Amino acid sequence: MTFARRAGRIAVAAGSLTALLAVAACGGGGDESAGGGGDTAPSADSSYTEKGPITYVQGKDTSGHVPKQIAKWNKEHPDEKVTLQELPDNADQQRAQMLQNAQIKSDKMTVLSVDVVWTAEFAANQVIDELPADQFSTDDFLPATVQTATYFDKLYAVPATSDGGLLYYRKDLLDKYDLKPPTTWSELKDACDTITKGEDKSKLNCFAGQYNKYEGLTVNFSEAVNSAGGVVVGEDGKPNVNTPEAQSGLDVLVNWFKDGTIPKGAITWQEEQGRQAFQDGKLVFLRNWPYVYSLAEKDDGSSKVNGKFAVAPLPGLDQPGVSSLGGHNMAISKYAKNKGTAVEFIKWWTNQENQKSYSLATSQAPTRTALYTDPELTKEYPYMPILLKSIETAQPRPKAVKYGDVTLAIQDSAYAALQGQIPTQQALSELQTKLESLIK
Amino acid sequence: MATATAVESKPSGSAPRKARKNALSDGQGRLSAILLSPTLLVILVVVGIPIILSIRESLFLANDGINPETGLVESGEKFVGLQNYTDIFAGQNQVVGAYGTIDRFWNAFINTSLFTITCVLLETILGVAMALIMAKAFRGRGFVRAGILVPWAIPTIVSALMWKLIFDESGVMNRILGTKILWLADDNPAFWAVVIADVWKTAPFIGLLTLAGLQTIPAEVYEAAKVDGANAWQQFIRITLPMVKPTLVVAVLFRTLDTMRMFDLPWGMVGQGKYYVETLSIFAYQEAGQQRYGPASAYSIILFVYIMLVAYLFVKILGADVVGDAAPPKKTKRKKKRQDQEAGKSAETAALESMGGAH
Repeated sequence: MTFARRAGRIAVAAGSLTALLAVAACGGGGDESAGGGGDTAPSADSSYTEKGPITYVQGKDTSGHVPKQIAKWNKEHPDEKVTLQELPDNADQQRAQMLQNAQIKSDKMTVLSVDVVWTAEFAANQVIDELPADQFSTDDFLPATVQTATYFDKLYAVPATSDGGLLYYRKDLLDKYDLKPPTTWSELKDACDTITKGEDKSKLNCFAGQYNKYEGLTVNFSEAVNSAGGVVVGEDGKPNVNTPEAQSGLDVLVNWFKDGTIPKGAITWQEEQGRQAFQDGKLVFLRNWPYVYSLAEKDDGSSKVNGKFAVAPLPGLDQPGVSSLGGHNMAISKYAKNKGTAVEFIKWWTNQENQKSYSLATSQAPTRTALYTDPELTKEYPYMPILLKSIETAQPRPKAVKYGDVTLAIQDSAYAALQGQIPTQQALSELQTKLESLIK
Repeated sequence: MATATAVESKPSGSAPRKARKNALSDGQGRLSAILLSPTLLVILVVVGIPIILSIRESLFLANDGINPETGLVESGEKFVGLQNYTDIFAGQNQVVGAYGTIDRFWNAFINTSLFTITCVLLETILGVAMALIMAKAFRGRGFVRAGILVPWAIPTIVSALMWKLIFDESGVMNRILGTKILWLADDNPAFWAVVIADVWKTAPFIGLLTLAGLQTIPAEVYEAAKVDGANAWQQFIRITLPMVKPTLVVAVLFRTLDTMRMFDLPWGMVGQGKYYVETLSIFAYQEAGQQRYGPASAYSIILFVYIMLVAYLFVKILGADVVGDAAPPKKTKRKKKRQDQEAGKSAETAALESMGGAH
């Protein structure tokens, strides 16, 4: 190895050591395919007539029900078989894979299960195609869910599942002190004060939601703002969060953190920590999603509150509160083949019968209004009528093409305010400035 | 690291075969060029091309204008020169972290640097201490050695989730300390939580490498020192440290470069968008996730250059001998010492190779 000069070897050594980084850095390597205008798409089937095998792409199915339902379709449509492609559990990774699929203009994905907050981004970046409105009737769907599926007044997806926030409360404790479930924040606070006076204060906290810095904070912040009569993004699509109404909503959360109504530790909580605390009997009130119900109702000893709790709509400033909207919509990938089959499949998947069996199997809320009064579903999920109220009045999170930036901006401001680092007024004016530059 | 190993092992593996195929009369230089070409090709494909593509990408910015009629985003990207780099100084992306309101890039840059300094310093001290313990002959030494190595053998993301449980608001750490510190909130304790987890995980790496170096120090040197009346501290400062230095510097270099691109611990433990622990790798990844590949590449390239620079300084100033053939000293002061150093080197190379795969 006499030929090697020392300097060269140092360079080689340093180069190899940084190799891993360089590989990481090439994450954006797919640049060539990113550009190029979608209008020249190869076999874009804009007429929605081609039929044939397709793939249905969604996050990990933990219920085991999705393959069964697809098998049912395949039996009825032997020439238009649907293949299930499961993506990781993590929503960010699902989003990333769907975006990548569009960037390389692949036809591997046909029908996409899209989180409600991605609709705008996917539609604007031409990841998903506008649907033939004449083929889909959205009349029987909850209006709020249909809103999440449109962009620029065009239908880009069909609501498949929905989700709304509920107020879980300890019925046994409220009954003991002869209290009614609160409809406003001040009622909730008074109820807490009464209960904690009588109970062991060190073991019982009043209220919690999701306040860690993640998507859940955007949900909880939006709910606080909307429930106080404010908006994050107005109906005209312009951010309008720097208002007295929005501030009074955020103030409630901040003050509750200060005076201990919300336990200090809740600043690190996501859904699961709150559920755990509620199940352990450490909380009087909890804001969470419907999935908690059946888990807290379990009588195998995992829940100390089974049979002792009930649900109510979220409270607000001086009237019942406004929930944020969750759920998934079904859309068709821009570069997919056999879009005719895809349309039929989406129609079939979201019809009344299939939504019902899907809800029964997965406990995910349906998007068809009629199902909320279905006797079988209400028997299985007693919270259905209340969830309907929650979703009927729910507000979608901001529709933004740069949703990732928008939600981070919201989280930045809300988190700093909840931690007491900046006054709420400042948090909201900073947020307004940021949102104005993000949503044009 | 795997590549560094490949540089050494590949040619030696294919040497005899190739040598027979080529005429022995071939020039030395040409032969070695042929022998090295497969490795160089791999390096070119795995390292060279991605870097060049990243540098190219860092000069572009995706169009993000929205058509007011259709709501569709303009497609394609445009050449913006160095704008992705100069934007770092424009201060358009202010965040509030541990260092006040500063640009998100600089916040991540300072975090990366502070993580590196703090973690590597603590790891070196602990690692050397571990090596000294492991090198001693005592009952149950096997257990201690295995025990010390366990953290290093656990995948980083797994240990991140493990420490996440420990640092939970009602987790083990708060119960032991009897405190109510919110380790995982976006605040100063999060920084230290990550430091603790990182030190726990990778101090054994330095320990293992140092141990390899320690084992090559001949016992006679210590005996001679004892005869001369040196106490334990003097032995450590005058004998152990200088003789283990070549190994130690390489170990510290690897740890430094590794820590500078730290990603999984803060990501897994504390989460994304937490400015108190956001490193440059996380920031670049986040930007790429928002489809801003240009700026993301720019940040990666800056981190790349930063790491190259640190690696270069290590090699220049501390004389880290990564490849395994230090230039011969100009004047042989003490022949014996040099031999020892070389002995130490081969042991260290062996240790590195044995670990290259697992890390």
